[in-house]
Amino acid sequence: MSKKAFLSANEAAAYGVKLSKPHVVSAYPITPQTTLVEKIADFLANGEADFKYMMVESEHSAMASALGASLMGARTFTASSSQGLLYMCEMLSYVSGSRNPIVMVDANRSIATPWNIFGDQRDAMAMRDSGWIMLFVESGQEALDTVIQAYKIAEDPEVMTPVMVNIDGFTLTHTYDMVEIPEQEEVDSFLPPYNTTNKMDMKNPKTLCQSVGPDFHTEGRYLQQKAFEAAKRKIVSVNDEYAKLTGRSYGGLIEEYRCDDAEVVLVATGSVAGTVRAVVDEMREAGKKVGLIKLRSFRPFPKEYFESVKDKFKAIGVIDKSISFGYDGTVFSEVKSAMYGSSAKMANYIVGLGGRDIPKKMLEDMYNKLFGMVSGKNEAEVQFLGMRWE
Amino acid sequence: MNKPKWNKDYKAPSSWDEMFFGSSNGVGILPTPNSGFRTLHPEIDSEACIKCMMCWIFCPEGCIDKSGEHLEVDMDYCKGCGICATECPKECIKMVKDGDSE
Amino acid sequence: MAVNLKNLPDEELLYGVKTCQGCGVTLAARLALKVLGERTCLATPACCFAATTTVYPQSSIFVNNAITAFPALASTISGMAVAAEALGWDEDITFLGIAGDGGTVDIGLQALSGAAERNDNIIYICVDNEAYMNTGNQRSGVTSYKAWTTTTPTGPCSKGEKNRFKKSLFEIMAAHRVPYTATASVAYPKDFMEKVEKAKNIKGCKVIHVMTPCPTGWGYDPAVTVRTAKLAVECGLWYLAEFENNEFKFNFVPKEFKPVEEYLKLQRRFRHLDESDYREIEANRDIEWNRMRKRFA
Repeated sequence: MSKKAFLSANEAAAYGVKLSKPHVVSAYPITPQTTLVEKIADFLANGEADFKYMMVESEHSAMASALGASLMGARTFTASSSQGLLYMCEMLSYVSGSRNPIVMVDANRSIATPWNIFGDQRDAMAMRDSGWIMLFVESGQEALDTVIQAYKIAEDPEVMTPVMVNIDGFTLTHTYDMVEIPEQEEVDSFLPPYNTTNKMDMKNPKTLCQSVGPDFHTEGRYLQQKAFEAAKRKIVSVNDEYAKLTGRSYGGLIEEYRCDDAEVVLVATGSVAGTVRAVVDEMREAGKKVGLIKLRSFRPFPKEYFESVKDKFKAIGVIDKSISFGYDGTVFSEVKSAMYGSSAKMANYIVGLGGRDIPKKMLEDMYNKLFGMVSGKNEAEVQFLGMRWE
Repeated sequence: MNKPKWNKDYKAPSSWDEMFFGSSNGVGILPTPNSGFRTLHPEIDSEACIKCMMCWIFCPEGCIDKSGEHLEVDMDYCKGCGICATECPKECIKMVKDGDSE
Repeated sequence: MAVNLKNLPDEELLYGVKTCQGCGVTLAARLALKVLGERTCLATPACCFAATTTVYPQSSIFVNNAITAFPALASTISGMAVAAEALGWDEDITFLGIAGDGGTVDIGLQALSGAAERNDNIIYICVDNEAYMNTGNQRSGVTSYKAWTTTTPTGPCSKGEKNRFKKSLFEIMAAHRVPYTATASVAYPKDFMEKVEKAKNIKGCKVIHVMTPCPTGWGYDPAVTVRTAKLAVECGLWYLAEFENNEFKFNFVPKEFKPVEEYLKLQRRFRHLDESDYREIEANRDIEWNRMRKRFA
């Protein structure tokens, strides 16, 4: 029987790590990731876990030592945030290119300057092309469950690609909720020990992370792209399998909420999806046909899903807690591109930067703007909402 | 000659099945020789050699073979740097132009 | 622990490397692997050594090995060593890192400091050729005073490298209280290999800084790599020392230093120097030796 506890998303994720039984955890502290790595230290201090915990001198070394451990065939975990993620950026592509299935948590936080410790998703989005699978969670429960699922996805022989589990800084990492903690036996039955030949071996020595010139480089990158295609299927099947075990499903790559007869939908990533749900319910009660598409997997991007709904809705708004300066919000670019040729009206709302609150009223405004566009009103495609001055 | 061999029959992967995984490979694979680095090669006067092993120890390539009765040089991997000739205390190693062997 | 040159194994664990003729780094790496044997897992950062040993399909290393990022060698082998313990690997397996001077004393210093402070069970060998040779000879934190490099070119306003003293990796590591650190030279293979052997038998973070001349970057005949390395020691511009049990020790002190020009004149990177430069370099040498003698005695 699983037990319930009142946990922050960071603590919940730490339980996910403990239950996944990694051999090595390596981390360097940064707000708002710290309470996660502190909880992991508590587990060791209390004798509840017995992995090796490397307290390294920087994020670069956190990911480098995680790589070293993974090269030995160890199940490995690390966590970071914001500037720390940017600092370990170099190592991210080493890990993905050598196909080491490390799982990390990124406690999403804004990036300097201006220096800011609060949540948005600019840190993760800046790592878009690092070759990592990128999942975003909506709650502490989903954080715990997704860490466990992440190992199963990452270590799948067809996938063998690292996974970044994104948890919105403060909004999730430091807020408490009731979380169900699965039993170790349940997790063990779901997640087998990590087994690979892509590792150092005294009987069968290996050259790893070798240099590859133009002659074979493209083929290696093509296989990485194929791995992401496999990951698309795996993320869904792992979610289904986990749902059978625990009764909790997150939809796989995306989750539609009240979309069946919806005219206007919002695409949301991370914690804001929870607020959107509440707004959808309220607006539905008022007779408005609104829905939510929660984007759980940003990489691989569920292109096929968006293609399949390109003529289903009258208008689609995308909420972005990031902006690719000089173009659009990062998620919006992807959605627009996947829905190429769509008849739907589209808009992008840039909100929540540097930790600014995203109140329900703001989300309601988004839906109303979208309804306005449906009835012929012209709106700017990309809008920063909730600014101090018009 | 007790030295790793030039893998003359090495074949590059020719299908997806043969393609390496990630960025991994085996160890000790020598698809090409290093003789092309060389314009000079060492010739050891085995009569004068006292087998002090100075050439063997200082050869960066490790291509001097001491397993036989006389020291021998692996000409597939000698780059002709001449350190052996410089360090030989008996001066019994001569650097000779490739193709001019006695 | 004495290394007997005659009884060293025939087996080469590094072979067919694509480094330049007469490469000091290749020599140092070969000798280290000879001592450590096949029960070794090796990592290197992106450097000359990596670029000449393991470019697919070639793999000139005969033990488990990996390339990691330039600043990340110490942290990567730390992770390997810690994982080996977690996975219950045999304790006699050595985790060896080989990096150049730039990869160690400049970009790699932070990671090495971390590994040293955590005292992870690794051997870290810094092969010092006094510049970034893989990228074509740019100066590093241990480039010799007045040396020409591509970023310290000589001209009416420049006499080469401006920094009078090499950053002392040896003393930086000693300040971390590592169980063992040493300096060495490829011209003294017995001394170097005995240091590697000693490091193999000590648990914790061991760091060896070995001088490995580079014929291409320094501009000398590849045949005199060992002679050049030897002259550096005989002229007092490099030294052989050890730090263990919190004590410093010189392994070899020349009775009398040879004039520095014997070393400098062999190399194109110093050809712009004149008599006054030689005497200035000698004066610096004496300052450094007086300081070290006081500290190490």
